Amino acid sequence: MKQKIRIGCGAGFSGDRLEPAIVLAEKGGLNYLVLECLAERTIALAQKRKLQDQSKGYDPLLERRIDSLLPLLIQNNICLITNMGAANPIAGAKKIVEIAQKKGLSIKVAAVYGDDVFEYISQDTLAIETSEPLIQSGELVSANAYLGVEGILSALQADAQIIITGRVADPSLFLAPMIHEFGWKTDNYDLMGKGTVIGHLLECAGHITGGYFADPVKKPVEDMDKLGHPFADVFEDGSAIISKVEGTGGVVNLQTAKEQLLYEVINPHEYYTPDVIADFTTVYLKEIGENQVQVTGGTGTPKPQAYKVSVGYKAFYLGEGEIAYAGASALERAKLAGEIIGKRLKSQFHDLRIDYIGSKAIHRTNFGNTAIPYEIRLRVAGKASNPTDAALVGEEVEALYTNGPAGGGGARKYVTEVMGIVSTLIDRQNIQPQIQVFES
Amino acid sequence: MKLYEIAHSRAGDKGNTLTLSLIPYKESDYPMLCKTVTAETVKNHLSAIVSGEIIRYELPNIHSLLFVCHNALLGGVTTSLAIDTHGKALSYALLEMEV
Repeated sequence: MKQKIRIGCGAGFSGDRLEPAIVLAEKGGLNYLVLECLAERTIALAQKRKLQDQSKGYDPLLERRIDSLLPLLIQNNICLITNMGAANPIAGAKKIVEIAQKKGLSIKVAAVYGDDVFEYISQDTLAIETSEPLIQSGELVSANAYLGVEGILSALQADAQIIITGRVADPSLFLAPMIHEFGWKTDNYDLMGKGTVIGHLLECAGHITGGYFADPVKKPVEDMDKLGHPFADVFEDGSAIISKVEGTGGVVNLQTAKEQLLYEVINPHEYYTPDVIADFTTVYLKEIGENQVQVTGGTGTPKPQAYKVSVGYKAFYLGEGEIAYAGASALERAKLAGEIIGKRLKSQFHDLRIDYIGSKAIHRTNFGNTAIPYEIRLRVAGKASNPTDAALVGEEVEALYTNGPAGGGGARKYVTEVMGIVSTLIDRQNIQPQIQVFES
Repeated sequence: MKLYEIAHSRAGDKGNTLTLSLIPYKESDYPMLCKTVTAETVKNHLSAIVSGEIIRYELPNIHSLLFVCHNALLGGVTTSLAIDTHGKALSYALLEMEV
């Protein structure tokens, strides 16, 4: 058993930058590299791609990420754990093997699956958010349970060098290698809690190294263009030191660690994952050196009996249009444009949102700050049941060029299919995390 | 003085719930924040944004507060028509609060 392992996090969302993971794999001295690429909605979109093509449905950046990382992973003996499998971990694993074969590299890849519970979920099951049957939300497209460490542990025991999962709770991607390397018992809930805290601190990658943090006035961060992603030296007692690769931009300090510890936490006394209910209020953070934050404490109580299931449904088509006004009476002209659009579209859209970017569009209030904006961008958004109707929003906004107020410029129009997400619970007994191993 | 001068914040989201941390630059300011920045004063300050309940959690070990704001994201991340569906920019709405 090891006494210390180093786990890096090279991506915190599907569209994250590719370069920081390469830097981590090259110079980070890692044992494990985690790429967390699956937001709530990402899997519903991936499911759509899988329905169109059974060999797809994994993360759209998988090929690019693996192509650049694979030689470094093998050269530096780093195990990769990622949820880039999205709606199709087996197809993702096969793709990785194919990339390895092309490069003449031999590698063992394990796909972790069993999270897809679409077949087992009744449309009449009540959604937690609405207390109404799931089907009331819209046509269902995906249902994935948040798995815990089990499947990843089996893959680690099978000596897989790359482990690709579908929906797994983000901290579990990090907790699994700790359990595997330190021989932690999965019913030691204090250790599960500590590992979950460390996973939570790492899971958003750049969030703890200065990304989503920097403020040049109050929180200046150096070399943001070269922002490094974090790694943690995790010790067998469940403590850790969070840091980043020397020479990268960004900062790891008490402030970044505190912001990330509390990020998206609904109840810090009870942070639910499939592995544990962790208590974040017992965590201590200490700056022990430049770009080094020590994490101690963290506790836990037994894991919940049910898995959370994230259900994707077809919500609507979003139509958007934007146009800008500047100079004298910019706000008045933008408001006239907004009124015109409102009247022209009100019969077709009962749900239309009109925002004046530059004035209360983002915070929905200005807290009494009444400075007159020099420039304003009108933004109109509406929901429709099909893309043609949704396009009307942008078409009407664009038509303001010749049918609206003076000096409107830079019109843009967009149509986006929107997937909604609701959740429900499923009993543990109904789910069997499984693995399938592939070798090149 | 605005909270912005003495504290920083990060916004997070879960469905239609917004989370806002409040972290003083100086840990010695924590007791003062506990006293003045309550669930009630924040609810009052964010009345144009948060229509549901606000729960405040104290984290004395890390000298930080966490505000969990229900019904705050115009229906939620996946189906809201707002520009900032996640409410990611709302940390700076909290920091506008006068103390």
